[in-house]
Amino acid sequence: MKKAVNRKLRGLSLQVLTYSEIKELSIVERVKKILSLVLGNKIVLLHGRLRPEEEARLIEDTMAMVDHIKDFKGIELAVIEPDLRKEGMLTKVKYGIARRLVGDSSALTVIGPASIIKEIKRDPKKIELLLG
Amino acid sequence: MLKVIKSFSRKILQALFGRKDNIRLGFYGPPNAGKTSLANRICKDWTGEEIGAVSKIPHETRHVQFKEKVEIKYKGKKLTFKLVDTPGIATKIDYEDFLRYGLRKNVAKKRAKEATQGIIDSIKWLDDMDAVIVVLDSAENPYSQVNITIMGNMAARKIPVLIVGNKIDLRKADVKKIESTFPEYEVIGISARDGTNMDEFYEALFRLTKKI
Repeated sequence: MKKAVNRKLRGLSLQVLTYSEIKELSIVERVKKILSLVLGNKIVLLHGRLRPEEEARLIEDTMAMVDHIKDFKGIELAVIEPDLRKEGMLTKVKYGIARRLVGDSSALTVIGPASIIKEIKRDPKKIELLLG
Repeated sequence: MLKVIKSFSRKILQALFGRKDNIRLGFYGPPNAGKTSLANRICKDWTGEEIGAVSKIPHETRHVQFKEKVEIKYKGKKLTFKLVDTPGIATKIDYEDFLRYGLRKNVAKKRAKEATQGIIDSIKWLDDMDAVIVVLDSAENPYSQVNITIMGNMAARKIPVLIVGNKIDLRKADVKKIESTFPEYEVIGISARDGTNMDEFYEALFRLTKKI
């Protein structure tokens, strides 16, 4: 079992995608770029977050691929962002201005192949393989 | 584009004649939250018929299901709805998950294939909704990316939303957790299985239609 897990994680890498890299792309192109990386067994770290419509499109296109690509089970998607609910008005305004100027760069979106994330969840120590 | 024009002209007609007839009410949420159970409860209450089958196995609803002309009366008022029950939205589908429920491999694979198409259809139908009931399992953690994506898409499309925390009959149910996760929305705790709090639900539903 352990060998199988190691085999599954081999060749996996993290790919950082900066906001400027996708800024000029259309929804379709953004989703295509992200999915092509995920299908290449990469965990994508996107600086910023997708708009809700883009997240929906990402799910739609992912499902279309699950149906057509062998062993592809889908994606795991998580957005890590600062919780501004308890922050003061000044901080909220500061984030608002920054968001308008350079996009939502305070967030980090993590998108990865579901089967790989499942293996990592099953045995978190395997993440060392990725970083080693 | 055609959908946008149709939706716009429908809204104009509604504004001109003040009638909200056959309101398209969507049931959205993650798999196994009880969307069909709630739609069935409403249909049985007002038409005597059910809309679809329910099961403990996730992704039982794999096609969008409809019930036309469901007339609901509340405190002397009457509204007609078209209920649209959608497959649960997820970011991953693994046929192996269905094997745990005793399904044969070929049946599980077929179910997974249909479920992926069901999710695509659910998302496509979003643009056709007048109002949406987001059904969440109140015994599960509401802070999931799928739930956040669903709510974000409702807000982006300006669709009026009522959140239903289903399964309050379960010991682990925590409706307050849903309220604190989505503080800007009205949340009603119900049990679609035994009908608890359905009066409060219908009252909230009529309030929701005022936002259309």
